[in-house]
Amino acid sequence: MDLQIALLLGQDGITNGAIYALLSLALVLVFAVTRVIFIPQGEFVAFGALTLASFQAGKTPGTLWLLIGAGVAVALIDLSVALRAGHVRRIPRIVAWNLVYPAAAAALIFLVKPNEMPLLAQIVLSLALVVPLGPLTYRLAYQPLAEASVLVLLIVSVAVHLALVGLGLLFFGAEGSRTPAFSDGSIVIGSLTVTGQTLWVLGASLMLIVVLAVFFERTIYGKALRATAMNRTGARLMGISTVMAGKLSFLLASLIGAFSGILIAPITTIYYDTGFLIGLKGFVGAIVGALSSYPLAAAGALLVGLLESYSSFWASAFKEVIVFTLIIPVLVWLSLTTRHVEEEE
Amino acid sequence: MMDAISPVLEVEDLCVSYGKVEALHHANIKVGAGQIVTVIGPNGAGKTTMLSAVMGLLPRSQGRIRFNGTDVGDAEVGVMVGYGVTLVPESRALFAEMSVEDNLLLGAFNRYRAGNRDQEQTKDEVFGIFPRLKERRNQYAGTLSGGERQMLALARALMAKPKVLMLDEPSLGLAPLIVREIFRVISSLKDTGVGILLVEQNARAALQVADYAYVLETGEIALEGLSKRLIDDPKVVESYLGLGGKQ
Amino acid sequence: MQQRYLLVAFIALLLIAPQLASEFHVTLLNYIGLYSIVAVGLVLLTGVGGLMSFGQAAFVGLGGYATAYLSTATELPGWAAFLGGSPWMGLLVGILLTAGVALLLGLLTLRLSGHYLPLGTIAWSISLYFLFGNLEFLGGHTGISGIPALTLFGLQMKDGRNFFYLIWAVVMVVVWLTLNLLDSREGRAIRALKGGVVMAEAMGVDTARSKVVIFLIAALFGCISGWLYAHLQRFVNPTPFSLYMSIEYLFMAVLGGAGHVWGALVGAGVITILKQWLQDWLPKLFGASGNFEMIVFGFLLVFVLQRARDGIWPILTRLIPQRASIRTVVAAEPLPTKALPDAGQVLLEANNVVKRFGGLVANNNMNLMVRAGEIMALIGPNGAGKSTMFNCVSGVDRATEGKVLFRGREVTSLDSREIAKLGMSRTFQHVRLLATMSVLENAAIGAHLRGSKAVLSSMLHLERAEEKRLLAEAARQVERVGLKDSMFEAAGSLALGQQRTLEIARALCADPCLLLLDEPAAGLRYLEKQALAELLRKLRGEGMGILLVEHDMDFVMGLADRVVVMEFGEKIAEGLPEEVQRNPAVIEAYLGGVE
Repeated sequence: MDLQIALLLGQDGITNGAIYALLSLALVLVFAVTRVIFIPQGEFVAFGALTLASFQAGKTPGTLWLLIGAGVAVALIDLSVALRAGHVRRIPRIVAWNLVYPAAAAALIFLVKPNEMPLLAQIVLSLALVVPLGPLTYRLAYQPLAEASVLVLLIVSVAVHLALVGLGLLFFGAEGSRTPAFSDGSIVIGSLTVTGQTLWVLGASLMLIVVLAVFFERTIYGKALRATAMNRTGARLMGISTVMAGKLSFLLASLIGAFSGILIAPITTIYYDTGFLIGLKGFVGAIVGALSSYPLAAAGALLVGLLESYSSFWASAFKEVIVFTLIIPVLVWLSLTTRHVEEEE
Repeated sequence: MMDAISPVLEVEDLCVSYGKVEALHHANIKVGAGQIVTVIGPNGAGKTTMLSAVMGLLPRSQGRIRFNGTDVGDAEVGVMVGYGVTLVPESRALFAEMSVEDNLLLGAFNRYRAGNRDQEQTKDEVFGIFPRLKERRNQYAGTLSGGERQMLALARALMAKPKVLMLDEPSLGLAPLIVREIFRVISSLKDTGVGILLVEQNARAALQVADYAYVLETGEIALEGLSKRLIDDPKVVESYLGLGGKQ
Repeated sequence: MQQRYLLVAFIALLLIAPQLASEFHVTLLNYIGLYSIVAVGLVLLTGVGGLMSFGQAAFVGLGGYATAYLSTATELPGWAAFLGGSPWMGLLVGILLTAGVALLLGLLTLRLSGHYLPLGTIAWSISLYFLFGNLEFLGGHTGISGIPALTLFGLQMKDGRNFFYLIWAVVMVVVWLTLNLLDSREGRAIRALKGGVVMAEAMGVDTARSKVVIFLIAALFGCISGWLYAHLQRFVNPTPFSLYMSIEYLFMAVLGGAGHVWGALVGAGVITILKQWLQDWLPKLFGASGNFEMIVFGFLLVFVLQRARDGIWPILTRLIPQRASIRTVVAAEPLPTKALPDAGQVLLEANNVVKRFGGLVANNNMNLMVRAGEIMALIGPNGAGKSTMFNCVSGVDRATEGKVLFRGREVTSLDSREIAKLGMSRTFQHVRLLATMSVLENAAIGAHLRGSKAVLSSMLHLERAEEKRLLAEAARQVERVGLKDSMFEAAGSLALGQQRTLEIARALCADPCLLLLDEPAAGLRYLEKQALAELLRKLRGEGMGILLVEHDMDFVMGLADRVVVMEFGEKIAEGLPEEVQRNPAVIEAYLGGVE
């Protein structure tokens, strides 16, 4: 390997690592707030990328039908709960978010021609379809089990993951898609050519991280989420409901997921089930951060990206094996430094 | 006596069970605006259970809770907070890795959500009551001393501008000097018109600040009356120390 | 007894099934059997033990590939040549490999909190899948074919009908072993893993070991299933050992009823048949091919977890009328007891114990001494640090500074399990019972250290003589504390006061010389308190030392020989009950005051 290749691989590794870092942040967030190990994170990556690809191909993405279906299901459940409890005032809100919004999205998609729109509009439209699926998923699958053990929530995650992968296959078929790069330009630094997409990915990831940091540090809703993670009872006593915190953290996770998918779609071909492996690599990062530290998780995720990139050069067939065995030393380290008999819920 | 003021919080016939085990039997309690009502009793009598059930943290198996005369039904925590009922739990439940200021800000979360934007002003008022917290405004809650933590818990509850403030064992584990400070604050809150329901093991301190008191024993209200009468009642001493009849 | 008839009927059905069913259905039943073996392991691991693994299919794969490779290998190096050619060698090597991997993974992840095992096994599962697919000597993604048929008792098992009997015999053996294990001393320890770790450790159970044991057993069941699979199919490739299959196994266990061994068979049956059916219909419905059954499984499982978290099996058993059975404890030779130390001998000594939680000092320079044949009471207001002190001397927590001596030996940094072995036994302020287990079984956990028979003899039920003695001892202690009438009821159905009494029975089962009781009289009625005081006096008379944390002053005053009073984590008074009661500092501490 000469320097040229080493730099190229490093560039690849950092690009992918940035995506994994975003995902690992979302995983740490969701776990801290809801105790859910969010296995379906990867499906949001795939949905984001494939929805954009569908728009560009002039097709109606299946995620629209999923949004409408989930919206109707949530509306039915919430309306029956609200009516039984006599909370008539809640009805307009339920109808607006779960029925009117998806219907409006559908109308918009059928009225305009998304494939003729500029890329930015396509991206916004894709996010508008995929991101609400996060809170809807929380409402349907997790909210009724919010008090259950981590173990039960994990099984639910696996079930949701399977269902979403299956739906992904149904909506987008087994064919993979790749979207055009955001820009064709590139920068030459010494002997290294940095592609425009790499810069886009790095820039956008960094921007998203900054936005998230500001959200958590500066806004009351961000602080409310952190408070829920620190002391659930304390948060509830302040009127920060578990349901609101759950939906909000899922909203952020689906936003991060879908956005990541859109960022890497020009670099990698995305299939309906690609998201899972990408999400798991975010997980390896999150585990490096012991599921609780954001900076460590991000650093771990970058490491995963680099490791993957260099091992694809040395032993490409075994790159997944190498990446996933990375967690072994991490687990050894964690098990040597943790001394505490834990009482499970 | 109690009927003279119309109560802001009424607890009627409240029962709570853990599985088959009943921890609270038919409790009846009233708290008026600007009044301090205390529930005292030995450990394990069901005091915390009662507060949790009123707050909606625990399901109520029987009974009714009225807020300003309206039945709250089976309202859970969020709704109770919305009504203006605030609980400072025994554990204090602070957000340890957040600054004192952020803890206070979150105390006003529900008001913020309801559209109020007077947090800064409320914070200044609260800092006026607890100047020590103002000095520590940028410090993490987890680094405070035991007394400061209790002050922060109380201050955070005040940020919600409660109509009813429920305090669970505010003196727990605190040195006498700090207990005195906390109780001074509690009794000064009366003038703001908030109704206070104070659960205490430190019976004397509680009886000294309270207007009315209930004595809870093994899940039942064994005794109630004006605090100044109960304070010298030998039965109260007995229920705590067992100084009375020895078998 | 009814259950026995059902079992006989089930076995009879298994015996005639291959004769009646079509080739297709026999194959289906074979798969259900193979999956059941894996699912039974998962019931033990997940349903009973509360641990979760996504690596089961990979263990099945290890079993399958080990025998596939060895029984077809032609170019083994000389030193390893003896391993080749025989399915039985394949089985042996598969088992050893699986055990090695499971031990390693278990030791790495099981000390950490619950969610690291599933995450660790996901990674392991994916790694192994890619290894299978990329190693040339394992045939890569095409796999290994030409695996020889099994020969058993001279019979070559080439068709599915023959194999049916072998598979289902293994299923029944696996079920039998697992049921036996759960109904034993080791089984009680395993059942305590879900929600009772602190308690079990204080009773001397090595919970980390129990976790590794069930992970190992579940992995080995997987390996055996894989071995059978390889010789049934006579061909292996990586696909059936992927993470997806692991997830499907988990679904089987959860759907069937995660805590019920027979539920595993139901789950395996339902998922396998449903999958077959969905794979026929869904592609036609959607007009495309693919594994659309995933969607249905996902929705189904979320629904089951939300509506019937315990799965199908408990619903099925509710349909069968249960005849109230009279359960008795068989009389057995009493267990040997240790001689109690002479009265007056110092048992427990705490010297200058300090315990800090972050910046908070919960115990400050606490000194304490308990002698054999005395009742010593530790009292003080709420939050004074009594329970913390209790946890420090019993090894549930560790003192920051200072020394704890038990029977002259320093135990400051020992685990509660080690201290229990030395003859200290305790109860907990917040009752720690296993709510769904019977009163008798809960008490029997206390006698854990008095038995020695391990997992293997438990699985084969070779430990029945010892088990009878353990249960007889548990029954004796339950009777002694006055809970004879509730012996076979679920512990969770007792009133709180009775649950505390049961904690005492459990502690007594350990045959301790020092008993630590954390608020034993709370929630008891007057007469029950009298009976408890009587029992404690009797134990004292026998020479036991008793350390009591209590709030009920009445109870303490009539009973204790000496009293230590704590406030703010420090000792404020010590002496005879009457002295302490008159001490103004004590009255102040209890009633408090602002002036």
